[in-house]
Amino acid sequence: MHFLKSLALTAAAAGLAGASFAADIKPAVIFDIGGKFDGSFNEASFRGAERFKEETGIEYREFEIQSDAQREQALRRFAQQGNNPIVVAGFAYGSAMEAVAAEFPDTNFAIVDMVVDLPNVRSVVFNEHEGSYLVGMMAAMKSESGTVGFVGGMDIPLIRKFACGYVQGVKAVNADATVIQNMTGTTGAAWNDPVKGGELTRSQVDQGADVVYHAAGGTGRGVLQAAADAGILGIGVDSNQNGMQPGKVLTSMLKRVDVAVYNAMMDAKNDAFTPGFSVLGVAQDGVGYAMDDNNKDLVSSDMVDAVEAAKAKIIAGEIAVHDYTSDDSCPVS
Amino acid sequence: MSDVAQTSKGRSDATASLPPAIELSGISKSFGPVQANKDISLTVQKGAIHGIVGENGAGKSTLMSILYGFYQADRGEIKINGKPTQIHNSDDAIAAGIGMVHQHFMLVQPFTVLENVVLGAEDGALLRPSLAKARKLLVELAHEYELEVDPDAVVEELAVGLQQRVEILKALYRSADILILDEPTGVLTPAEADHLFRILEGLKAQGKTIILITHKLREIMAITDTVSVMRRGEMTATVKTSETSPTELAELMVGRRVLLQVDKDVATPGESLLQVKDLKVTDEDGVDRLKSISLELKRGEILGVAGVAGNGQSALLEVLGGITEASGGQVILNGQPLDLLGGNDAGDRRKAGIGHVPEDRHHLGLIMKFLAWENTTFGYHGEPEFNASMGLMNQREMLEDARGKMERFDIRPPDPKLKAANFSGGNQQKIVLAREIERNPDVLLIGQPTRGVDIGAIEFIHQQIVALRDQGKAILLVSVELEEILALSDRIIVMFDGKISGERLPGETDESELGLLMAGIDPKAESAA
Amino acid sequence: MKSIPRWADLALIPFLNLFLAFFVAGLVVVFIGEDPFRAMKIMLTGALGSDYGIGYTLFYTTNFIFTGLAVAVAFHGSLFNIGGEGQAALGGVGVAVVALTLDGTHWLITFPLAILSAAIFGALWALVPAYLQAKRGSHIVITTIMFNYIGAKLLGFLMNGPLKKEGSMAPESRRFEDGAQLPFMQDIAGWFGMEMTRTPLNISFFVALICCVLVWLLIWKSKFGYELRAFGFQQPAAIYAGINPVKITVITMVVSGALAGMMALNTVMGEQQKLVLDHVQGAGFVGIAVALMGRSHPVGVLLAAILFGVLYQGGTELAFEIPAISRDMIVTIQALVILFMGALENLVRFPVEGMFARLSRGN
Repeated sequence: MHFLKSLALTAAAAGLAGASFAADIKPAVIFDIGGKFDGSFNEASFRGAERFKEETGIEYREFEIQSDAQREQALRRFAQQGNNPIVVAGFAYGSAMEAVAAEFPDTNFAIVDMVVDLPNVRSVVFNEHEGSYLVGMMAAMKSESGTVGFVGGMDIPLIRKFACGYVQGVKAVNADATVIQNMTGTTGAAWNDPVKGGELTRSQVDQGADVVYHAAGGTGRGVLQAAADAGILGIGVDSNQNGMQPGKVLTSMLKRVDVAVYNAMMDAKNDAFTPGFSVLGVAQDGVGYAMDDNNKDLVSSDMVDAVEAAKAKIIAGEIAVHDYTSDDSCPVS
Repeated sequence: MSDVAQTSKGRSDATASLPPAIELSGISKSFGPVQANKDISLTVQKGAIHGIVGENGAGKSTLMSILYGFYQADRGEIKINGKPTQIHNSDDAIAAGIGMVHQHFMLVQPFTVLENVVLGAEDGALLRPSLAKARKLLVELAHEYELEVDPDAVVEELAVGLQQRVEILKALYRSADILILDEPTGVLTPAEADHLFRILEGLKAQGKTIILITHKLREIMAITDTVSVMRRGEMTATVKTSETSPTELAELMVGRRVLLQVDKDVATPGESLLQVKDLKVTDEDGVDRLKSISLELKRGEILGVAGVAGNGQSALLEVLGGITEASGGQVILNGQPLDLLGGNDAGDRRKAGIGHVPEDRHHLGLIMKFLAWENTTFGYHGEPEFNASMGLMNQREMLEDARGKMERFDIRPPDPKLKAANFSGGNQQKIVLAREIERNPDVLLIGQPTRGVDIGAIEFIHQQIVALRDQGKAILLVSVELEEILALSDRIIVMFDGKISGERLPGETDESELGLLMAGIDPKAESAA
Repeated sequence: MKSIPRWADLALIPFLNLFLAFFVAGLVVVFIGEDPFRAMKIMLTGALGSDYGIGYTLFYTTNFIFTGLAVAVAFHGSLFNIGGEGQAALGGVGVAVVALTLDGTHWLITFPLAILSAAIFGALWALVPAYLQAKRGSHIVITTIMFNYIGAKLLGFLMNGPLKKEGSMAPESRRFEDGAQLPFMQDIAGWFGMEMTRTPLNISFFVALICCVLVWLLIWKSKFGYELRAFGFQQPAAIYAGINPVKITVITMVVSGALAGMMALNTVMGEQQKLVLDHVQGAGFVGIAVALMGRSHPVGVLLAAILFGVLYQGGTELAFEIPAISRDMIVTIQALVILFMGALENLVRFPVEGMFARLSRGN
């Protein structure tokens, strides 16, 4: 597994709390529609909570919502029962969080992928464009046809942010490369439609793509499956998905939702929970790419060197990857 | 008539050197309270064409269904070729050499003739050898019996007459020696029917036994050797066709019933109230139910419509009652033409002054799950006195109205809060009659007023009908009970095959003449010819 | 045949069905290694053991009353309206249109208009299948199912277009201002100086209760209901009585669709105070089970809706308390109850009828 460097926040928190007293906390985590075993986004937050439990022995409460309408109920239910902190991962919790966090000012909340500007809410967002840039470079270096694909889940700015970073990475390696982009849908169902994901992938393969990157939650299972079936390479997202189709997944764009969840709980335990807004990019190891036994034969050392060099330049500010959400547009396509 | 039956039995005993093809004894079958077959015995000799006649509902189809294994008889014995045989299903029947051609064909429409013939009688899991064998056999059979059909034609593209041949071929392919045909000419043109009879003659010549179920006396006279008559679930007679006549058969079918007396004065018909001109009805399936009917109804008279059920009487009632649309013609009530095409609304007909006691009270006349008081206003529930404000009904008034009707018509038990289904047949009918008569319609259509009604109620119902006539109303009475027609009517028309086959005055005709008219035979016209 | 006493029909058979359903569900719980009695206790106390639980239970109940009544009204005309889901979804659009335009005023103004608008939107969504059934003979079961899908897609389009909150990634409308937020039960209790835990139970619960009374009046006291029941029992007889089948079919479905559409008042204007994609939460389908169980009578619908409210709230509590019982298990348990109460009703009915038949013969 990828070694985790502690984040700036964690470091600060650890320094403050020391080993003096461990607050008796009742953390809770709420998963999004895809469910905690989606192999992607929600599973990452589940792993973060599990790691917290293993390290501290503190049990946490959890809930998988069945519908959008349950978001507020779940938040309120946990808050009313004195759970603290309450961690959710998913942009769709934004408006529910705004309502409930205001009702319970003494409870700490953390939300991933969304900014909620309240004094008791910690918002964690990721520089997905930076991680996507890195895997885009790898895709372009691996591609023989000069055509690569991208399959997004729900068509929202967040996913376009992934796409835009990916295209920038591809073009940085091969300015003439073609990137085929498709979104699965416009509703939450787009996160859990592997059949459609597979169809979109096959269509991209027919158009010449030989590496396909997905940012589509549960839909991505279908993308990786279809890519493997067609004999091309897929790129996973959020969690390390290299093992889903061993030898057929070039790499995965890691988005350390687990770290965000783990940190929120750990900080609360150490009485060091800080609200506010934090951004995790490559510099904080909040996003990155996954290397393991499953893909070590697919990625040459030249590729790793090139990507590591780019990573260093991003951290140093020498490469500025454009963030789609900053102006709702992408300079390349 | 019983002596006829006995003589015929004696005769069949005398010629019983070969065992008869079919021998039924003491067959009984009930469906709930309805006894469809009562102690029926029937003997059919080998190589004979035997006809079974009777009105609809006389029990013919039930008897044949028992023979073919669709139903099990409650009692009785079946012998085929002298051997007692248990027939539990159609496979048993086929094994015993019985084939059946149903009134409604049992063919798979998108399959070819060959596939239909083989279906269910394949030799093994592989279809090809069966088909090859069947094709050869089919060609042979076709030559032998004038049963030419293209084996590769798709059934749904074939004319009705040809589809029927496929049914016959199916039976023959299963080596049937006994062939039952249920109303085979009902769907055929006259030319097709003639061809069918030639086929049947050919089959008979080959030693096959044929049972022909029909209510058409002409066909019986034309083709059968022997004929049995069924009435109300009983076999009333079996006679040689050559020794009987249509008149006798008609009488046997309709039956001599206990004479019914209705006290009524001679009618004094007034002005003409309802004129029907060239009225035609074609149903959804494209079958002509009414073929140009013209009649006139005067104030103060009861016009009786006689006929075997299914000859257009129901269609006449329903089109006049506004339930179905006419496909042509004109109806004038009180000098005003009725809208017969667009006005498919029985409510308008009621407003125009036509009351309707339908033939089938369980199906049409009453909502069986409604309480009595809900039924006593059914159809008139839109009248202002039954409605309060805001779309709500005046249920108190409806209840009051129901109590009054139940008292005046002696409906028992006089409980307006009892479900319609819980009343006896006679009392149910009285609910319908009370509702329709008390609305004081100019014209009352009545279908089968005393079907399933006990004797006491019959008399009461007849009195009510006559009383309505005496108030100067016009009444159109449809009944399959000839006796009722004769007793009540001031004038009688007979319907056959969607047309009026004759008109008589009750004093100048009798049941046998009406019976012939019901079979489509006009004795006056024939004697004139 | 059907000679069982009324109490057995109305109470004994539903009870036995419920018992069987819980028995099988209990086996499922045992199978995954949890204590079924504890699970049962959590469900019951979670649903009824506190004002919090009761609030949520009655909130769900409100949804099921609306959709259950919708199905029940159609049943009386022997029409099977499976389109409650789509009609309620469109009802939500109706609510949102009123709420988003008028939320600067007061809820006393927006609420009646939203009721009307929800009813009209739901009714319109039922009107097309009704017309196709009445005039073209297209089977209403098929068309209403199709309209559920069309409704979901239409809502998806609206939530990503005209009704979407600006700058939001989630497909939801902006939150309604105070003028289009319905008073919650705790607010109402507050007017009388009482305190209640905050739940989404809101004033539309009372609208649902009023609808029960109105539906009862409609079916059993009005001329239209008289014609509707006649049509439902015996169509040919209804035609004989001059009842226009096209008119009855269309009006019945319009009423049914309007009731389903009004469900959105509870979720959109009450609970969420914004339009979200799946505000119906399957209540349209649960309504079928509620109507079946409630024998299409408003009182029965009310009782069945409470039972399903208990199941939903209890099920949610179960997921909170025993994470090993996942949300899919909860759905399984709920589905078992629907299966036994609705589809497998005759499983119990036949033996019970047989038992009563033997008893009466014994006498």
